[in-house]
Amino acid sequence: MRHGKYPFIIGFLAVPVALYAIFVVGAYLQMFRLSLTDWSGYGTFKDVGFDNFVKLWNDEVIWIALRHNGYLLLLLPIVTIAIALLFAFLLNVGGGSKGGMTQGVWGSKVYRVVFFFPQLLALALVAVIFQRVYGPDKSGMINGLLPDSWEPWLFLADEKWALTCILIVLIWQAVGFYVVLFSAGMGSIGQEIYEAAALDGASRITLFFKITLPLLWGNIQVAWIYLGIAAFDAFALVNIMTVNQGGPNNSTQVLSMQIYLNAFKYSQAGYASAIGVVLFFLALSFAWLTLRVNRSDSVDA
Amino acid sequence: MSDITKSELDRRSLLRRAAAVGLAATPAVGMLSACVGGGSDEKNDQATGTKSADNPLGIDTKAPVEIVIFDGGLGTKYATDVDTPMYKKKWPESEVKYSATEQIATTIKPRLNSGTAPDMINNSGADMMDFGAIVKAGQAADLTDLFAAPSFDVTGKTVAETLVPGAIEQGTYDVEGGRKPFAVNYSFTVFGLYYNKKLFEKNSWTVPTTWADFIALCDKIKAAGITPFAYAGANASYYMVRAIMTSAAKIGTEQVLKDLDNLKPGAWTAPAIKQAAEAWGQIGVKYMNKSFLGLRHTEVQLQQNQDKVAFYPCGSWLENEQAASITPNFEYAVMPYPSVTTSDQLPATAINAAAGEIYFASTKGSNVQGGKEYLRVMLSKAAALEFTKLTKSLTVVAGAADGQTISPGLTSGNEMLSKAGKDIFMGYLWDTWYKKMNDASLEAVNALMFNGGDAQKFCDTMEKVAQDVAKDSSISKNTRA
Repeated sequence: MRHGKYPFIIGFLAVPVALYAIFVVGAYLQMFRLSLTDWSGYGTFKDVGFDNFVKLWNDEVIWIALRHNGYLLLLLPIVTIAIALLFAFLLNVGGGSKGGMTQGVWGSKVYRVVFFFPQLLALALVAVIFQRVYGPDKSGMINGLLPDSWEPWLFLADEKWALTCILIVLIWQAVGFYVVLFSAGMGSIGQEIYEAAALDGASRITLFFKITLPLLWGNIQVAWIYLGIAAFDAFALVNIMTVNQGGPNNSTQVLSMQIYLNAFKYSQAGYASAIGVVLFFLALSFAWLTLRVNRSDSVDA
Repeated sequence: MSDITKSELDRRSLLRRAAAVGLAATPAVGMLSACVGGGSDEKNDQATGTKSADNPLGIDTKAPVEIVIFDGGLGTKYATDVDTPMYKKKWPESEVKYSATEQIATTIKPRLNSGTAPDMINNSGADMMDFGAIVKAGQAADLTDLFAAPSFDVTGKTVAETLVPGAIEQGTYDVEGGRKPFAVNYSFTVFGLYYNKKLFEKNSWTVPTTWADFIALCDKIKAAGITPFAYAGANASYYMVRAIMTSAAKIGTEQVLKDLDNLKPGAWTAPAIKQAAEAWGQIGVKYMNKSFLGLRHTEVQLQQNQDKVAFYPCGSWLENEQAASITPNFEYAVMPYPSVTTSDQLPATAINAAAGEIYFASTKGSNVQGGKEYLRVMLSKAAALEFTKLTKSLTVVAGAADGQTISPGLTSGNEMLSKAGKDIFMGYLWDTWYKKMNDASLEAVNALMFNGGDAQKFCDTMEKVAQDVAKDSSISKNTRA
């Protein structure tokens, strides 16, 4: 039993931990260090204490970006999880009982594959595709389908709706993965539970709320954290799809975009690191809060 | 002083410090130090010869010269088929080591830092190096002697005297010991309003020179069911910024733009800027389509190629870029931006034209004078003409393309250039000096053109950004006279 323990530990733990320490922890530490300097990305730098953070506090655009990340954080997990749950339920249990076995709606095997497609596409590709879908004139896919008498919708060119357009793409892309995750979770719920409930005359809605949802709580919690972290990012879509990278008029600006712009375009690597530090702590607190809240909630499940 | 090298060293010492607290492993330090080259400041042995009337830069006629060309939109034929043969013909004993790359920084940066750089480099493309940083690091050679040398094929003139106004200024940087030229910005872009000459001839529309005529023509175009004016808001807003800047300079001379570059307080709220923004803002309100805000350059260009859009503000590379999509019914022509007021200080024919595409000789090369000599060859009238023929781009060599049969759009641009005479101005540099200000201007110009044309708001927004940049000590400043 003990024989060969060390090779195992070294092979499976030490190397990955070392790699993690160098490429993740190390990079973070550098970032923390750089956030206290005026480094431009070229040449030498000097320490400036917390100047970058003071500048950050007074930077209007950072607050706008933060608000947008907040909006995504609020809506992305809720909507994605709701849709994924609905789809997963329909795929697995929605078809009712046949021969004593609960099953999905007609054609669920096909849907299962189709729903997963978006997950297979690179996000950059998704962004390019949706840019055409959202085309603000008749050449856009949606506008092309509208009757000629209608004014074309501006989508990404409309300050009020641009961020929501991004949110919709994020949801579209994420749903498939969570359908599969929740399907797997539902698969592990014993058939006999559904059977017993069905015998007692429970409707599909009752099945969903009284059985599926509570028993899936662990999966949902994981989904919530992942999606929350995705909501802190959204970089690829904003970078590729939006007017002037974050526009129009900063209406799609997010923190990750600000890091990129400051670090690589404005030659303000120190300041960008400070934004990175803030983002790091925001994501960390979000994950911690989610786990905490859920821990107290899930006891009665 | 070698800032680029220093940056590597700082990162290395940073890692070492991290290693000291046991967080980063030694391999990483080894990895990084392997990337840092010698980067020594000592002068490497450079080939030199004796200066003479025939050899004004004093090159060693037997030493090989190494050049690296960016392989992109301009291709490399001009170097392989024109410049190199010309150089070889003049200096048959000197070998030209040629290579081309699509990744300039990846290929060149390590060689610059290790002191084994090519002698002449074309810094361009998506992977181009920050030229300001190269100048600061002392890796670009001072080109004062090149510009002072006699022209390669125009007798009685120095290289500088054969170039268009502003060509040298654009490659001039503030360094210790004053302002010196470090780059040859070789290709020359003429900015103006592009339109389809055939469409205009068919409708007997004539080129307007006053703002009133411009508005009247836009009304006619609109009545014909064509969108009079467009630019792509999603990724080509800088053409619109340039249009407003050009108009502002015509109203109040180039000094207006110099004040912007020098971050002079109140420069953005100056009357000339406001008048230009007001005039263009009204064009936005009346003659544009809101959907252009969400479209890209190529998408709006497609609409112009299909005669759905009449005027597009752009630069002279446009024709070459669109070569594949234009039909026989389309013939590019360009006009100067019309005078905004009747009291504009520059005439209606005045235009903005700027040099671009950086070529420089590296101080870290082994035959720097040879690199400069290669540039002198490129700046000859003969080489410039061939470059224009091959790339459909003008060069900074004045009049090199005169009287030649070139593409219609370029001919039109060349005519515009000669009509402008001495009223050609280089424009502004704040967009490359202060990237943050550039990005802010893209947002501000979109708001102006698509959101009701509030010129005061445009000026105030930009003034605030400019003053924020001026106050920010982490941004290094440049000035121009």
